[in-house]
Amino acid sequence: MYRTISEKIISEHAGRELKAGDISVVDVDVVMSQDGTGPLAVSQIKKMGFNKVKNPSKSIFFIDHAAPSPRSELSNSHIVLRKFASQTGAVVSDVGEGICHQILVESYTCPGNIVIGGDSHTCTSGALGAFATGMGSTDIAVGYVLAKTWLMVPRTIKINFNRRINKGVFAKDLIIYLIGKITSDGATYKALEFGGEVGNRLSIDDRFTISNMTVEAGAKAGIFPSDDITKEYLKSQGRLDCFKEISADKGAKYEKIIDIDCSVIEPMVCRPHTVDNTLPVSSLEKIMVNQVFIGTCTNGRFIDLKIAADILKDRKVASGVRLIVVPASKDTYLEALKEGVLETLINSGAVVLSPGCGPCVGVHQGILGDGEVCISTQNRNFKGRMGNPNSFIYLSSPATAAWSAVKGYIADPREVLG
Amino acid sequence: MVRNKKDPKIMIGSSFKFGDDISTDLIAPGRFFHLRSNLPELAKHVLEDADPEFAKKVKPGDFVVGGRNFGLGSSREHAPLVIKFAGVGAVLAKSFARIFFRNSINVGLPVLICDTDKIDSGDILEIDLEKGIIINKTKNLKLKFNPLPGVMIKILNDGGLTSHIIKNKGFNL
Repeated sequence: MYRTISEKIISEHAGRELKAGDISVVDVDVVMSQDGTGPLAVSQIKKMGFNKVKNPSKSIFFIDHAAPSPRSELSNSHIVLRKFASQTGAVVSDVGEGICHQILVESYTCPGNIVIGGDSHTCTSGALGAFATGMGSTDIAVGYVLAKTWLMVPRTIKINFNRRINKGVFAKDLIIYLIGKITSDGATYKALEFGGEVGNRLSIDDRFTISNMTVEAGAKAGIFPSDDITKEYLKSQGRLDCFKEISADKGAKYEKIIDIDCSVIEPMVCRPHTVDNTLPVSSLEKIMVNQVFIGTCTNGRFIDLKIAADILKDRKVASGVRLIVVPASKDTYLEALKEGVLETLINSGAVVLSPGCGPCVGVHQGILGDGEVCISTQNRNFKGRMGNPNSFIYLSSPATAAWSAVKGYIADPREVLG
Repeated sequence: MVRNKKDPKIMIGSSFKFGDDISTDLIAPGRFFHLRSNLPELAKHVLEDADPEFAKKVKPGDFVVGGRNFGLGSSREHAPLVIKFAGVGAVLAKSFARIFFRNSINVGLPVLICDTDKIDSGDILEIDLEKGIIINKTKNLKLKFNPLPGVMIKILNDGGLTSHIIKNKGFNL
């Protein structure tokens, strides 16, 4: 049988040959939750009568959504997680370490793994050739204590990114373009597998951005084959030992194959209030912005901050605009600090906050006022997402966000990068 | 949950109709993140950003009726939990986002895929989960819903995932 990547990984973890549509209980390699979903997972573990986790070193609780805590209720939730972890030997990734998905790819996820996370953007780890998917707290609770879950092997849509990427266009624009094309439920229950001459050459950071947003098309997983680029990345993280090559068989059965000509893609935005409400920046009317946010599990890595800093160097954030920058992890933060990227950003007028989810989830650190407009490098623009249902969120690449910060309205980065 | 007096397996209630793409942010907004460990308080804000009056109007046994892609977005299990906590008997939609669908089964909230174009706000519905039939009493229409996968029926029949694991000392799917 010729198999997709999902069929290969899930079969291996089920101990038997499975194909798309089959359902099985499978072993899981990494289980995680964050401070929004972890406390409920802990109470479900207790309700089931367990007091241990199966695989403590691969059972992680991330404190990233409200870190440092802005409220006593959340501080108390953090205490619950720290206490449970200290009793069971599970790992706590505490305030300042960074966003769960970024820490997973830096330190935990290996090609061929099954990763389940109490956060919908767990699909980010698919960029390393893993089967990684988001679930709710109860599924995660069971994952912690049994190191197992049940899965239906998804059908796969193959996405080929072809031809070439134009200057000023980034991985974020590719995935926004794709979601606009297939819509917010175009991949529901399905896995996306990426390839094509552009797709195969994308940097690891670009792959993280693309896999991260696959859930915005409803996908269960967004997977890149693991290759020399994956190997180089794992080597740079001191994790070469966990590399293995994973790719689909030639002749694997796809539900459909979508070929994307990247040369027609321009800098893109998602308009309020859905991610599939996409438009090229060049077709957008003049939209004034109050806040610009560069960060998150989608685009808060060193390269994203560097792209923004290169645009903001010797320039100033437009008057009346707030630029908030949040590195995705401590390593990102330190690298940006060492390379002078943060200094450039701060001199331009940015405020740099501690690693974590920042204002993306609407909890703290940049909640929008009534009628305010934000352009953000995050992955979601749902009504109320940034803490106020009477505000408006546009999504873009870091380059578009940075140039918009300079101009004071949503602006095409090709004006400065072209 | 409100049951038909003649046949207690049948649920009966009034419909609250919502549109397409009802996200978990509309159901359980992030600005109430601090209430996630306080379900009764969080449930006071259920679906607040889609209909600010919903929590006040909904009665036990009523139904939430959506369009396409209901529950898209975050993995927060609090979304189906607050709907269930508000007393809603079932959520009906043309399609559901994957994680919301799975979470609903895990917490024991019935989620039914059917043609919701034939239901308006205020319509009285009678739902027979076992037979897979929805009767729109107001419009005098019979609607069918797609059966759940076998594993989900087992989990639902056991009373949700935690009960399934306790009962079987692990998975028994």
